[in-house]
Amino acid sequence: MLNPITLSIIVLGGLGLLAGSGLAYASKKLVSKIDPKVEAILEILPGANCGACGFAGCSGFAKALIEERAQANGCIPGGEGVANQVASILGVEVEVREKRIAKILCYHRGASQTQFDYRGLESCRAAALLFGGNKACLYSCLGLGDCILACPFGAITLIKGKIEINEERCTGCGKCVSICPKGVIALVPEEKGVHVLCNSKDKGAIVRKICKEGCIGCGICVKVCPEKAITLKDNLAHIDYGKCTECGACVEKCPTHAIEMVNG
Amino acid sequence: MLHLFVIFLSAILVNNFVLTRFLGICPFLGVSRRVETALGMGMAVIFVMTLASLVTNLIYNLVLVPLNLLFLHIITFILVIASLVQLVEIVLEKISPALYRALGIYLPLITTNCAILGLALLNVIKGHNAIQAIFFGLGAGIGFALALLIMAGIRERLELADVPVALQGAAITLITAGLLSLAFMGFSGLVKL
Repeated sequence: MLNPITLSIIVLGGLGLLAGSGLAYASKKLVSKIDPKVEAILEILPGANCGACGFAGCSGFAKALIEERAQANGCIPGGEGVANQVASILGVEVEVREKRIAKILCYHRGASQTQFDYRGLESCRAAALLFGGNKACLYSCLGLGDCILACPFGAITLIKGKIEINEERCTGCGKCVSICPKGVIALVPEEKGVHVLCNSKDKGAIVRKICKEGCIGCGICVKVCPEKAITLKDNLAHIDYGKCTECGACVEKCPTHAIEMVNG
Repeated sequence: MLHLFVIFLSAILVNNFVLTRFLGICPFLGVSRRVETALGMGMAVIFVMTLASLVTNLIYNLVLVPLNLLFLHIITFILVIASLVQLVEIVLEKISPALYRALGIYLPLITTNCAILGLALLNVIKGHNAIQAIFFGLGAGIGFALALLIMAGIRERLELADVPVALQGAAITLITAGLLSLAFMGFSGLVKL
């Protein structure tokens, strides 16, 4: 009889070898062939597995494309370039969709006035559970950076206490929008430069007390806009990006400078 | 025949793997949010448990016992279960894509579940033969699926219930699981093994 150590090595090794070669054989013989088109599409896709297309990762999207359950322009981070390449593989026409980027609709982006000292988990979602966060404004960005961790493209950073979104890196996948407990991030058309940088649905008097740059719902912008692109809802101005021509009239007249113009 | 039935029934009710033996608690809490997913997971567990029970029992009785290598049983069981589940996944994808999609992610997930390893070890402790092992595995799987389905049903209703703030989320889930476990204690004494 062999000594138990040698014997156990032989038995365990043998079992492992048997199982391994069995699996190798099975995967060679049995695995259904992956459609070469799926592989070709997978190479084009960004590979971030962000899920913005609504499928389980890039491979799920590629399969859905072949089975015609998805549109060629479904990959939001990929944008126009990827959509065209995918369409050429599938042999279909593609409709180009307007590129959108994430924007934090809060002037202070995490540096707004606080009402108490929060010492807890460094997470917006955790902080929001405690009286809706430590900011004086209930609608404000909490600045603890859940969106930074959620961004699959590293487009969001914290610079001097403020959350910054790198517009070149942002692909508009919307991960940050869905993770933000305050709903303060929105997807806006990349082309447009005029935005209302406030999310507060409080009445003007309350906003004035806690934030110098908040929208007080005065309605001056609604009156001044030549295109009638601005509407007031819940004490907050909303811009209809389809109508906005970026004339800048509202930016000039806004008493609290809550409306910002980016491109000059 | 009666003995086999007693093994089967006791694995489902009296010695329910989740609610009496407290094995496989992780998927019990993790996958019991929706009845639909609970059903998928339950089916996958029944399938893998029956198969793993038989195969580990055969390996134990035909390889480890004759060679006097009983101390290797845990590592051998893990090896065998892991490769078995992989193999089942590959074969299933080939012969029945519909079933493969229905079981989905749950099949590889349960590879490392302690309930499966616990099942194999209990087979050894109880000294089951191959046929007894099949019935024990089948019963254990059905018991697991039963517990998971009951839990999922309760949790779907809980979402609509007015739960006190302090007890919301994980707390009420654990309380529910505890009460469910107490309820299953009522089956003890139904059969004697």
